[in-house]
This record gives sequence, C-alpha cells and structure tokens, in this order.
Amino acid sequence: MSSLEQMYQQVILDHAKHPHGRGLVDHGPGDLLQGESHQVNTTCGDEVTLRVAVAPGAAGIGGTVESVTWEGQGCSISQASTSVMTELVTGASLTEAARLDALFHDLMSSRGRGLGDDDEDVLGDATAFTGVSQYPARIKCALLGWAALKDSLVRSGALVSTDGLR
Amino acid sequence: MTTTATVRPGDPARPGDPTAVGHGAELSAAELAAVRADFPLLGRTVRGGRPLVYLDSAATSQKPQVVLDTEVDFYEQRNAAVHRGAHQLAEEATIAFEDARASLAAFVGADPGEIVWTPGATSAINLVAYAMSNATLGRGGVEARRFALGAGDEIVVTEAEHHANLVPWQELCARTGATLRWIPVGDDGRLDLSDLDSIVTERTRVLAFGHVSNVTGAVAPVARLVAAARRVGALTVLDACQSVPHLPVDLHALGVDFAAFSGHKMLGPTGVGALYGRRELLEAMPPVTTGGSMVEVVTMEATTYAPPPQRFEAGTQMVAQAVGLGVAADYLGELGMGAVAAHEVLLAEELLRIGEIPGVRVIGPSNVGVGPGGLPDRLAVVSFVVDGVHAHDVGQVLDDRGIAVRVGHHCAQPLHRRFGIAATARASASVYTTTDEVGAFREALAGVRAFFSVN
Ligand SMILES: Cc1ncc(COP(=O)(O)O)c(C=O)c1O
Repeated sequence: MSSLEQMYQQVILDHAKHPHGRGLVDHGPGDLLQGESHQVNTTCGDEVTLRVAVAPGAAGIGGTVESVTWEGQGCSISQASTSVMTELVTGASLTEAARLDALFHDLMSSRGRGLGDDDEDVLGDATAFTGVSQYPARIKCALLGWAALKDSLVRSGALVSTDGLR
Repeated sequence: MTTTATVRPGDPARPGDPTAVGHGAELSAAELAAVRADFPLLGRTVRGGRPLVYLDSAATSQKPQVVLDTEVDFYEQRNAAVHRGAHQLAEEATIAFEDARASLAAFVGADPGEIVWTPGATSAINLVAYAMSNATLGRGGVEARRFALGAGDEIVVTEAEHHANLVPWQELCARTGATLRWIPVGDDGRLDLSDLDSIVTERTRVLAFGHVSNVTGAVAPVARLVAAARRVGALTVLDACQSVPHLPVDLHALGVDFAAFSGHKMLGPTGVGALYGRRELLEAMPPVTTGGSMVEVVTMEATTYAPPPQRFEAGTQMVAQAVGLGVAADYLGELGMGAVAAHEVLLAEELLRIGEIPGVRVIGPSNVGVGPGGLPDRLAVVSFVVDGVHAHDVGQVLDDRGIAVRVGHHCAQPLHRRFGIAATARASASVYTTTDEVGAFREALAGVRAFFSVN
C-alpha cells in the first residue's frame, strides 16, 4: 500500500462520506450536563462545532458520555476522525473517554508506527488513522474533533479541567 | 493569450523596464533549461523518488545557486558590521550592502535612497502603519503631520488583500480612530471599481492594495487606483509581493507612494524584503524601530535621527541576506523581466486549462488578457476547488505524485469568504517552472476525484 493509501483507508473514506453524529442536538433542560465547543484549524480554516451531553455519575463523581453531535466542514481526515471519535466515545465513561483521547494522541505521535495491539484494540476504527501520523501537516486535521470534545466536556462542567483529557 | 500583445523581447540591459510581453518574447527552451540548472533544489526528488514539481512559488520561490553562493561568499570573505568600523572588512561589507540596495532599487525603478531594508513585506507594511501611528502621537514634528490620522479619516483597502495588507490597517484604525473601508471583489475575482468614487473620497488618507492577488492572480488596475487616490490626496501603499518577481515593475512610473515586497518570493533569501517610499515621504516620516544605527546625535535627553533609509534601519541589519537579494534582482534583471513575464503568461494559460477538468473550478479570472502597458492582466497563480473533495485532500493526492501546491486560505480569509469557500488549493509558477510540469499537475489533478470516488 502506498503512503497515500495508508492514509486514506477505506474506513476513513467511508466515515468522511457518511459521518456519524452530524447535526447538533440540544437535549434541553434536564439532568444531562451539556457543553459546546467551536474549534478552528488555523492553517486551512476548517471548523467544527461539537456538543456533548454527559449523564453525571452517582454522587456527582464521573459520568457517561450520552451523546456527541457536531457540525462542521473540513477535509476528509477531519470529518472522518470526528465521526469515528463520536462512535468511540458515545456511551463511554469519562475515564474511558480520557483513555481513548490519550491513546489517539499517542497514535498521532507515532509517525506511522502505530501502537501496541492492546491499545489498537481499544481504539478500534480509529487505528485507521495511523497513516495520517506520517504527515505532520495532517495530524491537526485528525485532532480537530478531539480538541472540540475535550473543550466541550470542560464547558459542560463534567470535567473540572483538561487533566483527564489531554 | 486571447489578445494580441506587442511582442518585444526582454532587454537584459534595462531591468525593470515595463517591456510589453506576449508570445514570442518568452524564454527559449535552452534558456529555460539553463535557468532550471541554476536551481539546485529543483533537481531533488520527493515522496519515494518522484521528481519534484514545485508549484508553490507564490508562497516562496526557490533560489538560484548564485544567490546561495553570494551569501556563503559574504560570510567567508566580507562579513563585518556595516556602516561602522574603520577596517577593510567593514568597508567591503558596507559596499556590498549598499550595492545590493542599488541593484534592488534599479530593478524596481526606484532610487537607492528610497529602498529601506525590512525583514519582509509584512514588516514593510507595518513600518508604514506604525510610522503613521507615531505621527498621530505627534512624533516627527510638523513635517510628519501629513501622516497623522484621526476620527473621520478613512483607510481604504480591498477585499482581495493578503492579511499582511489588511490587519496592519485594521490595527492602525483601532489605534487612531480612523475607519477602514474596502473595495469589493466581483464574481470574476477582479476588483469591482463600480463604486470607486464613493469609496475613495476626501476622507480617504490611505489607499492600500495588492498589485497582484496571491489567490486569484488578478493584476490590479494600478493607474486607476493611483489616480483615484491622488485626486483626493490619499497616500497609496502597493503590496508588490506577487508582482515584483513576475512582471517588469517600475515604481516611479506606477506613481505609488509606498510599496512593499519580500526577497524570498523573488529568488532571494528569507529574512529580507524592502519598503519603497518616495524620497520626500520617507524624509518626513518618523521612525518606528529605534536604537543603534538610525540616529544622528544622541544625548541623555534627546535624539535626532538619520536621514532615510537609515532612519528606518535600526540595529544590525540582515546584511548577508540583503546582499543575496541584490544578486537575485540582478539575476532576474539579466533574464529580462519582459521575457520572464512572457514565460509566465504561457504558464498561466497552461495552468488555467485545469478549468477543462470536470469538477474543477478556478477562483479568479479564467483567462489571460492584456492589461495596461501591454502587461498580462492575470499571472500564473491559480487557485481552485474540486467539487466534492476538500482542498487539503486535493493537495495530499498531488503531493503523493511529487506535486507541491498550497492549500488553505492563503492568508486571504475575506477573499475566500467572498466566494463562500473556506479553502482552495493553489498552483503557482515562477521563472523556472515548465509547461511539462504544469502538464503533470493537470494530469494528476484529473485523477483526484476518482481517487475519492466522487463523480
Ligand atoms: C500578496 C502578499 N502580501 C504579503 C505577503 C507577506 O509577505 P511576507 O510573509 O514575506 O512578509 C505575501 C506572502 O505571503 C503575499 O503573497
């Protein structure tokens, strides 16, 4: 496979064409903690607006990501990455979301080498972005949605700081 | 070319001469081969052994060996502080530095005393804006009052500007209370001058505009804009970044008050560029960066300033780069800017043929016509979108074929917003670009939509 084909894996092209979580949903007043974030990739002007809703855990400790919805426009890498992330973190606990975020950042720093099998199992479809990590200019594209997730979780009040999520 | 231009070969003896261009005046195949051989970087391969097709010269140009050698030679043989020191090296360094200024001045049709070295065009434009700020604060005395701004004054730019010729003026307005206005861009990517008279008015103090757009390649109607500014007594500031490397530019003949351009886009080193200012204006303008080398008499209480251009060159200058830039100007001058421009007209026409590829849309004028002075009205900078494929993805596929283009908003967000798009891909040529390279680019571009299964 050429580097280009490694980058544009079929999974990525499919997600880019049919992204998950597109269309912002407002859950209205209720028990869910909601937060929204707008992120821009300054190099190309790509944008994403992302909303999370978190069900707080018992005694206010921890919580579960109930839904992730977003809108935006950008390259296939940013669109697919946001879509894959939406699938991965929906239904995850905040701790699991933090782990996924950390692993995905590690993957993006791997210069095409990828991660160990166990970690890749956790990342699932997101390991398809290994090829992107060979292209420094595109790593930002892949991280755009993750940055919006982290920021919107903080804004929702579900996370006190970004310590948990990088 | 779609029209009949006067055909006159470039005349190397008269660099900067606004020689008319047209087919027949361009570089011969042998000349072009010789030019390419001068650029070591063009010989390298990329992405697994593919020959490099460098179509990003509007961002920065490659450098001929003679420019690289000049910098090395300066450090090996002449390096010393200029304008100080009583030794032979200082003398030789100073001569090289001032000769470079003279070369550059001759190349753009200016006097050496009208050329101020700056780190680039961005700095040059900011220099003018901050000098006006200082004048507004009363610095520079009565002579500088002509640069002072206040509420009710207006600065006019265009919707096509690079951020470098927009943000400094927004900031100057914020500091002085002046108002920013702009000339809109039409659907064809050219400035829409239909309301010019109600935009450039008695309130206009500055009219700042790009000579050639770094997105659409459109050449601005300089004479008309200068006339409009003159009628109301406004100062003109020309962003000549994209014209000086590609067209014969004679600043005196254009009649602008200030002009800014970068060395790195015209075959010269990075870290050096120039501000041109009409002598009389530079003489009246207060300094911006202050310190050593720009003074006359310094006491503990007060300082008097050196005449221009030294007044605007505080601190140790980028001497080796300046000397390199002087040689770059000579290199272009020897090729003859008429011939360079004619070559680039061919390239522009070849680039514009991407418009024939299904799904590809060019942002900006879709053909090359003849503008004032027989010069082309658009240059070989072609931005485009591909239906259904984001610019970043387009660029990635081209890169895989060894073809270097730029993607994004090219530091011109308002212009992109004007066309309702966030990003474009841009192919831009320079004197060393060949029609074969443009052909390879078109062929690769034609395969992009298939790669992403878009139809
Ligand atoms: C039209 C235009 N103006 C200004 C600039 C800024 O030049 P520099 O970055 O060299 O200061 C550029 C280059 O990016 C340009 O294309």
